Amino acid sequence: MTKQWLIIRLKGFPVSFYINRQVPGILLAIALLTLAGIVISLGYGEYQIPPLEVIKTLLGLETTNPDYPFIINTLRLPRILVAFLVGTGLAIAGTIIQGITRNPLAAPGIIGVNAGASLSAVSLLVLFPNAPISILPFAAMVGALLVSLLIYFLAWDGGSSPIRLILVGVGFNLIVNAITNLMVTFGDINNVSQALVWLAGSVYGRNTEQVLALLPWIGIFGILALLLAGELNTLNLGDDTARCLGSKVEWQRGLLLLTSVALAGASVATAGAVGFVGLMAPHLGRQLVGSSHQGLLPVAGACGGMLVVWADLLGRLLFAIELPCGIITAAIGAPYFLYLLIQNRAQ
Amino acid sequence: MSGLIASLLVLIICLIISTISGTADISLNQVYAALTAYDGSREHLIVRTVRIPRSLIAIMVGAALAVAGALMQGLTRNPLASPSILGVNAGAAFAVVIATFIFGNNSLYVYAGFAFAGAGLSAITVYTISSISRGGLTPLNLTIAGAAITAFISAITSAILILSQKTLDEIRFWLAGSVAGREINLLIQVLPYFALGLILAFALSRQITLLSLGEDVAKGLGVKTARIKILSALSIILLAGGSVAVAGPIGFIGLIIPHIVRFLVGLDYRWILPYAAVFGAILLLVADILARIVLKPIELPVGLVMPLIGAPFFIYLIKLKVNKK
Repeated sequence: MTKQWLIIRLKGFPVSFYINRQVPGILLAIALLTLAGIVISLGYGEYQIPPLEVIKTLLGLETTNPDYPFIINTLRLPRILVAFLVGTGLAIAGTIIQGITRNPLAAPGIIGVNAGASLSAVSLLVLFPNAPISILPFAAMVGALLVSLLIYFLAWDGGSSPIRLILVGVGFNLIVNAITNLMVTFGDINNVSQALVWLAGSVYGRNTEQVLALLPWIGIFGILALLLAGELNTLNLGDDTARCLGSKVEWQRGLLLLTSVALAGASVATAGAVGFVGLMAPHLGRQLVGSSHQGLLPVAGACGGMLVVWADLLGRLLFAIELPCGIITAAIGAPYFLYLLIQNRAQ
Repeated sequence: MSGLIASLLVLIICLIISTISGTADISLNQVYAALTAYDGSREHLIVRTVRIPRSLIAIMVGAALAVAGALMQGLTRNPLASPSILGVNAGAAFAVVIATFIFGNNSLYVYAGFAFAGAGLSAITVYTISSISRGGLTPLNLTIAGAAITAFISAITSAILILSQKTLDEIRFWLAGSVAGREINLLIQVLPYFALGLILAFALSRQITLLSLGEDVAKGLGVKTARIKILSALSIILLAGGSVAVAGPIGFIGLIIPHIVRFLVGLDYRWILPYAAVFGAILLLVADILARIVLKPIELPVGLVMPLIGAPFFIYLIKLKVNKK
């Protein structure tokens, strides 16, 4: 039997990784699937482009049609990159939250990110339908940050505790969601339809600027999450054990929460309240590589990215009207997850 | 015991207030006359066909949801669990949205039938899938299978609502959850389900207490855990399915009331369940009264008013009771 674990130590840099031997293989498989999804997605649309031409255009080679680079690089690539980044960000954020709270039902939503972003976005869409659409992401980001800060400080009582964080989160989410739903129930029906698309999560019409705005958030905080993965493993053992192992529990938890809020907040602000990825991608990852966070975080993140890329493609393919990707992620992700849950029984 | 009697008194006072408050001003004397010497006047008609039915429905639905939520949290040992984790609300909403999409606008009776069927089906699916997963019907499998199925069903529901604006317009008030405009016959139809569900829940309360200590402890103490889980699922389906059939998806009570009750009476489900029933009834009734009078004459859906009054109290209780470890 080969050794199940892979140990990576960096010289001169105080970081080490202890990961399941399956992780690199699984990551490679997910990467290939994601790339396949991206290439198909780039070729599909009102104006069909064969896969080979898509690859040529991406590599900057000469193609048969001079319009291809414009269609691919300007029109289609941004939304697909946004889909991937958003999926990755939400999945990592969800993994962190589930690790911190030690609760399998927790998702970035529990610390108010979705509720806050939704409330400010839906208010904007329903109460001020004439406001320019470009301020929507800022409003959503501000809403997400405000509500999560409020929850964190309301749950603070000489220290944070996962259970108080969950319960205050639940209570506060319910209040914020009730106000959002009041607007959905009483708002003008056309504005409400638009708000529902936002609430489901969609990457329709995203442009290069939004990709560039999102990239640093996901990049920086994604790497931070990986560096903190060891701490997350320790915290996952329980506060007391973590303290005995020498972890600065409050400080690390605060840092991890901040990372999670930043990742989820930036994602939700860009693509709307995509709900399923943050909840399920961590479970998906755990079914694939187990629960050590150093392997789990990248695998869950990659799963999330892949899910949203494929979901966006299917959302455009299936019906005459384009369905938001947040709906498809749940519609294809959930059955696959259930399959994994049942199939693992055999092992 | 005295606490329980006191809360029952509060419930009765709320019931009386509920019969006299609303768009039309009706005095207590008129309510009394409507019950004892009915003369067919407008006020008497309102009391008999509007105020009393909706108050009774609020009480039944509130009690049923709170008990179902308490069972669910005892069963899964997860503070985030509620009947909606079994897919009850998502399944009901899905069935009703499909019915509206295909057959157009319908009566509340038709909605009730579809809602109950949808709630039951999705709860059974969640149970089946988690029992054939690795490790069987563990709390973890139940919660994550439930969350996955809920996400799946809700996604399809949203898809329909986005594709068909007409359906959205017809059904969004039902989806917010409300006890307004329900006839007494609707309550009478689901009353047997509520009664059976409540009896079952109270009969199981001792075993649920043991189960909430952990699976192994319960087994060691002689609890037949598999049977208890199936029977409590049946009770939850009857209670939560009946509620969603009458009042639409109301999420707050099943999640919050069990916590509030646990803060007050401890961990024994023989006490938690009756207190939860009374507290749930009070909360829904009070929220319904407020929904009627806050923006009079506009009525708000009670499902949306409840979190606004209940959640701040809940957060306050957490600050008070969940101590720093």
